[in-house]
Amino acid sequence: MNEDYEIIIEIFKEEACELLSEAENSLLELEKAPGNKEAISAIFRAFHSIKGGGGMFGFNNITSFTHEIETVYEDIRNGKIIPDKELIDISLASCDVIREMIKAPHAEPDENARDILASLRKYLSQEKVVTKTPAESPKKAVTTEQESARMVTYRIRFRPFPGIFATGTNPVLLLNELRNLGECCMIAHTDEIPELDEIDAETCYTAWDVILTTSRGIDAIKDVFIFVESESELAIEIIDDSENPAENSDYKKLGEILIEKRDITQEDLESVLGERRLIGEVLIDKGLVEPACVQSALNEQEHVRQIRENRIRADVISNIKVPSDKLDKLVNLVGELVTVQARLSQTAAYREDTELSSIAEEVERLAAELRDNTMNIRLLPIGTTFSKFKRLVRDLSKELGKEVEMTTDGADTELDKTVIERLSDPLLHLIRNCIDHGIELPEVRESSGKQRKGTINLFARHSGPNVLIQVSDDGEGLDKDAILAKASERGSITAGQELSDDEIYSLIFSAGFSTTSNATKISGRGVGLDVVKRAVDFLRGSITIESRRGAGTTITLVLPLTLAIIEGLLVTIGEEYFVLPLSSVEECVELIQKEVSETRGRHILNVRGKAVPYIRLREQFSISGIPPAIEQIVIVKHGGDQVGLVVDNVIGGHQTVIKNLGWIYRSAEGISGATILGDGSVALILDIPKLLMCALNEETVSLNFKYNI
Amino acid sequence: MNATGITETTQYLTFRLGDEVFALDISKVREVLDFTSITKVPRTPEFMRGVINLRGNVVPVVDMRLKFGMTKTENTVNTCIIIVEIYLDGETTILGALSDSVQEVIDLEPGQIEPAPKIGTRLRTEFIKGMGKRDGQFIIILDIDKVFSADELSIVKDTGEQASA
Repeated sequence: MNEDYEIIIEIFKEEACELLSEAENSLLELEKAPGNKEAISAIFRAFHSIKGGGGMFGFNNITSFTHEIETVYEDIRNGKIIPDKELIDISLASCDVIREMIKAPHAEPDENARDILASLRKYLSQEKVVTKTPAESPKKAVTTEQESARMVTYRIRFRPFPGIFATGTNPVLLLNELRNLGECCMIAHTDEIPELDEIDAETCYTAWDVILTTSRGIDAIKDVFIFVESESELAIEIIDDSENPAENSDYKKLGEILIEKRDITQEDLESVLGERRLIGEVLIDKGLVEPACVQSALNEQEHVRQIRENRIRADVISNIKVPSDKLDKLVNLVGELVTVQARLSQTAAYREDTELSSIAEEVERLAAELRDNTMNIRLLPIGTTFSKFKRLVRDLSKELGKEVEMTTDGADTELDKTVIERLSDPLLHLIRNCIDHGIELPEVRESSGKQRKGTINLFARHSGPNVLIQVSDDGEGLDKDAILAKASERGSITAGQELSDDEIYSLIFSAGFSTTSNATKISGRGVGLDVVKRAVDFLRGSITIESRRGAGTTITLVLPLTLAIIEGLLVTIGEEYFVLPLSSVEECVELIQKEVSETRGRHILNVRGKAVPYIRLREQFSISGIPPAIEQIVIVKHGGDQVGLVVDNVIGGHQTVIKNLGWIYRSAEGISGATILGDGSVALILDIPKLLMCALNEETVSLNFKYNI
Repeated sequence: MNATGITETTQYLTFRLGDEVFALDISKVREVLDFTSITKVPRTPEFMRGVINLRGNVVPVVDMRLKFGMTKTENTVNTCIIIVEIYLDGETTILGALSDSVQEVIDLEPGQIEPAPKIGTRLRTEFIKGMGKRDGQFIIILDIDKVFSADELSIVKDTGEQASA
């Protein structure tokens, strides 16, 4: 039981932290627009929930502290206090205090907390500091919100007057407008349309029954018909209302609907009820009602039933919270399933049994679908990470006396949970750098003709199997000369070396690199960008920098969507299997002996007139044995370059479940992980950027050795 | 509490490397496997024999003979992989220890264990938890966490570079 209690407390803590970050976000919004009612309510609700939760577990510190804030925000909501910058500062500080309190719920409030309380109390008129009990108010706020979002289902019968076309009105457009209001189902009554030779093309014969579920209210519907209302026949009735759901979830019987719509009379209904057939059919048979009317009534029945079902479903499950380790287990299981499926496909192909092959294909399809779905569950919008930085930007820029605004784009871009967690630190360092080094002081900006306020933009977008994340600022940009000077001082480059812009910018990612002579509290020690580089490497991503002196810097991180499964290309060298990430493979060609001799042992390949260097993986990995007569070259792209990797055989595409090689192989060069093949053997996954870097370094070393440099 | 820090009667798994008998605390041993094919990871030192597939998990295997400065383990009918749990940097990892043969599980009382001699074992002293005495024979009780400690494995990188140079 004690354990259960612990778990519940953990949940409370987690939720309280989430609520706090929501409150912080709303506070920042409130700062921008002091009259923002929604933000005020959101802040109020967040604190109220924390207070309630704290009270439930007897965390009196939290309860009494949040109570004071809540009281202040109640007055703000009632318009008694206008929130100013100072109040928002205090509120943000109190978020920090509450966060501390959540960590150690039974610790005595410290000096800081008492100071904040004192300054909060200043905002309240003396007499009501203690007496207020605002327990009732949040409920009210909630109901008003719900009222506006109430879903009501209407039955609309619209019979345009025959001359409607003459007025230039197209009834179809009106109906389309209705469709835009909400979920809607329509049926046209065509029984009044005469025989073809009697039709007057300028007369409207059709009438419509529309069942519409909308939250916009009856006025919105009336607005649609505003110009035709007076002459046409229009009836709007409420048939279902989410506020008062019917006691039994069955909607009215068909007969009742028809009577209600005056399509038939009570007597008609009773007379046919004696017969035991579907009532609709009987009514049509007897000619009491047009088939279209019955159809319309049936549609109505169906529509309302659907709406109600959806509503029940929405009430029951909107979201489930699942501990992430359960998800990890699921991903692992799916990984194993994919491995077994590979084995099944292999066996089926080997047996040449068509029946087995078709089953194997079916399993393959299901496994792929299951894999995609499971991966999807792990995806989270990156927005939560983005919004964390709003507070950072605000506090940091204030500290440095700069004016900075942060904007975000693509906050709903989804990424694997692990990737998001790992990204948080690098983004933090990038943003710090933007504020500290990128954005200039307001005066400097003004003198160089920019706006006082600097902008930092966070941007995320999917791009194939990757995600692009950009951090850009409109600050002073990178100083190439300073970077070069520092680099030659540190000995990372030799004087007179010609470097492209990309190469120069990539220098700033080396550990301990900083052009600033005096390190500030925020940055300048040269650690930050090294952290970024490491994290991105770990995530198998890449970094590019664009910068214009005086105009700003954009740093782009390209990261894979997920870390668990990739599409790979399976190759062999001798007895060993290797997997290359398919995303970096460009094409496969054969290595022809004649060409090798023509290039006099230089590892250069002619691919459609383009010179492509290649690496013999057999040599690189010191694998013994004799290569086959015809070797294969897999051409991979790295940065802007193409490089060929020589292997013995290319087997084909392979769903690769990535397994970690474990701690002891973390420094294995050129290998990023392993995967298990269908036959149970282990194949290694190549880390192409590392592999190429490694090969390059070795070549440089051996050349230097050769020429005694 | 004696010099070895071992105060309770514990069970040990004994195994052979050449003609020497070593022992591991049984709580560290997860299972014992027959020799299976090992996939070598390129550009790593020789004592790191590679990785195996253990029911869907990739597990690194270390050649204990090479690790202790003996010749490479020859594959015989008795060769086996002892899967051990080691505690590294606050995390439990799984690792296969390749050995010539597994002997038995024995009980050793604290009184049967002596502290490791400072010299003469041809092993680093910190690898040894104590010397067990049984039937007039000495058994070297290994501190497996120390054998595979972070410092020990970081030399991997250096040797890897040497191998490739």
